[in-house]
Amino acid sequence: MARKRTTITMEVTRFRPGEDSEPTLQSYEVPLRKEWAVLDGLNHIKDHLDGTLSYRWSCRMGICGSCGMTVNGKPQLSCATFLVDYAPGPVRVEPLRNFPVIRDLVVDISDFMTKLPKVKPWLIHEGETPEGEFLQTPQEMDEYKKYSMCINCMLCYSACPVYALEPEFLGPAAIALGQRYNLDSRDDGDRRDVLASAEGVWACTFVGECSTACPKGVDPAGAIQRYKLTAAVAALKDFLLPRGARR
Amino acid sequence: MTAFHNIVVVGGGGAGLRAAVAIAEANPLLSVAIVSKVYPMRSHTVSAEGGAAAVIAEGDTIDEHAYDTVSGGDWLTDQDAVEAFVEEAPKELLRLEHQGCPWSRRPDGHIAVRAFGGMKKKRTWFAADKTGFHLLHTLFQTSLSCSDIVRYDEWFVTKLLSDEGRVHGVVAIEMATGRIETIIANAVIVCTGGCGRVFPFTTNANIKTGDGMALAYRAGAPLKDMEFVQYHPTGLPFTGILITEATRAEGGWLLNKDGYRYLQDYDLGKPTPEPVMRSMELGPRDRLSQAFMHEHAKGRTIDTPYGPVVHLDLRHLGAQVIDTKLPFVRELCSKYERIDPVKELIPVRPVVHYMMGGVHTDINGATPVEGLYAAGEVACVSINGANRLGSNSLPELLVFGARAGQAAAEYVRTLQKGSTSAAYAQGRDEERRLTKELRKHDAGTERIADIRTEMQTTMEDGAGIYRDGDSLDKAFVKLHELRERFDRAAVDDHSTTFNTELVALLELDFMLDIAQSIVACAIKRTESRGAHQRTDFPKRDDEKFLAHSLVHRPNKVEYLPVTITRWPPGERVYGR
Ligand SMILES: Cc1cc2nc3c(=O)[nH]c(=O)nc-3n(C[C@H](O)[C@H](O)[C@H](O)COP(=O)(O)OP(=O)(O)OC[C@H]3O[C@@H](n4cnc5c(N)ncnc54)[C@H](O)[C@@H]3O)c2cc1C
Ligand code: SF4
Ligand code: FES
Repeated sequence: MARKRTTITMEVTRFRPGEDSEPTLQSYEVPLRKEWAVLDGLNHIKDHLDGTLSYRWSCRMGICGSCGMTVNGKPQLSCATFLVDYAPGPVRVEPLRNFPVIRDLVVDISDFMTKLPKVKPWLIHEGETPEGEFLQTPQEMDEYKKYSMCINCMLCYSACPVYALEPEFLGPAAIALGQRYNLDSRDDGDRRDVLASAEGVWACTFVGECSTACPKGVDPAGAIQRYKLTAAVAALKDFLLPRGARR
Repeated sequence: MTAFHNIVVVGGGGAGLRAAVAIAEANPLLSVAIVSKVYPMRSHTVSAEGGAAAVIAEGDTIDEHAYDTVSGGDWLTDQDAVEAFVEEAPKELLRLEHQGCPWSRRPDGHIAVRAFGGMKKKRTWFAADKTGFHLLHTLFQTSLSCSDIVRYDEWFVTKLLSDEGRVHGVVAIEMATGRIETIIANAVIVCTGGCGRVFPFTTNANIKTGDGMALAYRAGAPLKDMEFVQYHPTGLPFTGILITEATRAEGGWLLNKDGYRYLQDYDLGKPTPEPVMRSMELGPRDRLSQAFMHEHAKGRTIDTPYGPVVHLDLRHLGAQVIDTKLPFVRELCSKYERIDPVKELIPVRPVVHYMMGGVHTDINGATPVEGLYAAGEVACVSINGANRLGSNSLPELLVFGARAGQAAAEYVRTLQKGSTSAAYAQGRDEERRLTKELRKHDAGTERIADIRTEMQTTMEDGAGIYRDGDSLDKAFVKLHELRERFDRAAVDDHSTTFNTELVALLELDFMLDIAQSIVACAIKRTESRGAHQRTDFPKRDDEKFLAHSLVHRPNKVEYLPVTITRWPPGERVYGR
């Protein structure tokens, strides 16, 4: 009987732009334990084998959105992806695609951070704020609930072929977050200028990779499709109705 | 390089964001900056699951919330702070509702509330079991509408600048570039969260290394009640991931290896099929974690490779309740334990969760150092006393974040112009220290992770759920040795770009200070109260210790009487 493997090889991208001429893969042998996430493997490397490896992580429970990486070619949360699922290995860990690399597995997400405020991801309420809470039934909440589950992990941007070619594209998560407020019964905001712009929903060719990649079931592709319909109807109304009767 | 802001908020979690917005609202002319070592929405507040307590339900009263909090804290709470807290908590949660937070609802559209440990009434607002996530993202996204708040995302604060008892700003490293900057400010609010990573097994995220406590301590502010570390009774073995108390509020049971609801043996009430407030599984966390230790001593826990466990049983709740009220719990169990709580028992054990102690502040977040404020888990106001009640922390972030923001804005308004030349000089010194630090550790021989691990096991062994004079003394000596070894810690990474090894070194430096302060306070408190249980002094001693410990650098402990307004010390009664 073959002995059960007790280690697995991790091939990890090393790159310091400006210092190294190009990214290289470095191999490390780490223990293969049934509980270990890919992140535990990286932490083992950092703590015991090579302190110079850089990557982000914090919550290690799939909620803070820090630890997105490309694992064997797919965008994943490294804290919620397990080494045993890649046994016997090797498992290849690279930075998220479609982002500039700062160092090793750390990518620059400032593009998203600048785009996010553009969709006005806050509640816009016209008229008086009630003394108590706004009433909102569980059914009304269901309308937007899944779009509010985004942890900003950037896996969808990494998976999106449009974002790869059109860096101006607002992108899946930002649009889903705009929709999250549009569909909230408490919100009266108008986000059309941004969402229906050339960089907004119309840039999307509906590939759907974003929803497949999303670890939190946000379904940004669905949000985009749904908003295309809203925008089309609104445009038609603008065309047909006199001012004042719109909305 | 230098920059200037009227007020610098260190930390972009619940407390920091709330403070920054409060400043912008109090005086839009002030320049406010948030400096945070992670993007704000990555802050640890994001992990909070169960909910946030505030009186809103019919039949509930502010006084009952206050009493539950005071008795839950074993009378070490300052009652004036508790009164302000329970009064302002509902307004803060409503404010978040108005900003779009998706609080779970009743069918009629009103806010729903759930039961929580140690609370006599249902008063915990929740957003399914991702309350902190929704709270943080709502705060963060709303803060984006306030373009006046300047953000330093992924900047690590290494020092508070202070001179003659007054604070003048911070020094921080920009992670992406390694640039070291002196940021001058009239006031600084520290909102850096807790320090669970001082222990080996914790629910806390990697960033919770007590930085702000150490920063303030080094700047001359005393730390308060550091011996009170909360163990949550239900963490998943190995990862330490929290299984929220809401599981028990919804009706979950704790079972020992014989399938017996063992809490009935520990003066926590009688088992009933339906949950009863302040009873059994809805008792306070300190008592539940202690009960686990006794079960273990009696040989009634289950051994696993990751330590002894008991079982949390949710099976009788059914898929429908679990999926609507506790979906994240199901997700976490399936991912990290490969079990389905609808059909299987969840293995759990006590896990370090929350720091009751922290930077000593008054009711407005002001520390004894002029211009220095603190709010959130990093601070000790104190509303949590010797044991925090679950779901009191999130509203605490908001109430005292807002108060600290307002107080700092007011302080800056009335401030006399002072000289900042000393601050600039200190900034330059710190820059030199950091550069030198790196070079010194070049030749190091000790691994950072080894020292860190030894510190963590030292704390667990010496200052865990039960402690005694002996175990604490040993821990103190060991920590001293680790401090010496820290000087020889190796840093192999010489890059200025996103150097996480340097960050790990600086965090370990902070944690060693915090670990020592915890042990120093625990040695001096020769009584048992709440989360501080001394086997050599098993009784509460109000005569000597109805008082906060205040520890000054280096490890000098004194006491400050507790503020009592309406609830004289009494017996903590649960389940009877
Ligand atoms: C798993 C879990 C579940 C919980 N569930 C609940 C619950 O249901 N209800 C409840 O009331 N409480 C709960 N708590 C407790 C509560 O979540 C925390 O006490 C609270 O979120 C702390 O918030 P904070 O704003 O003080 O700090 P954090 O959210 O931890 O934020 C700290 C901030 O400080 C910054 N920072 C730290 N050090 C530095 C530095 N050196 N330089 C720059 N920036 C720095 C970080 O970047 C971060 O932005 C839970 C805690 C845990 C661990
Ligand atoms: S939509 Fe999904 S994949 Fe995209 S950032 Fe949000 S959580 Fe991540
Ligand atoms: S570490 Fe937070 S999502 Fe992975």
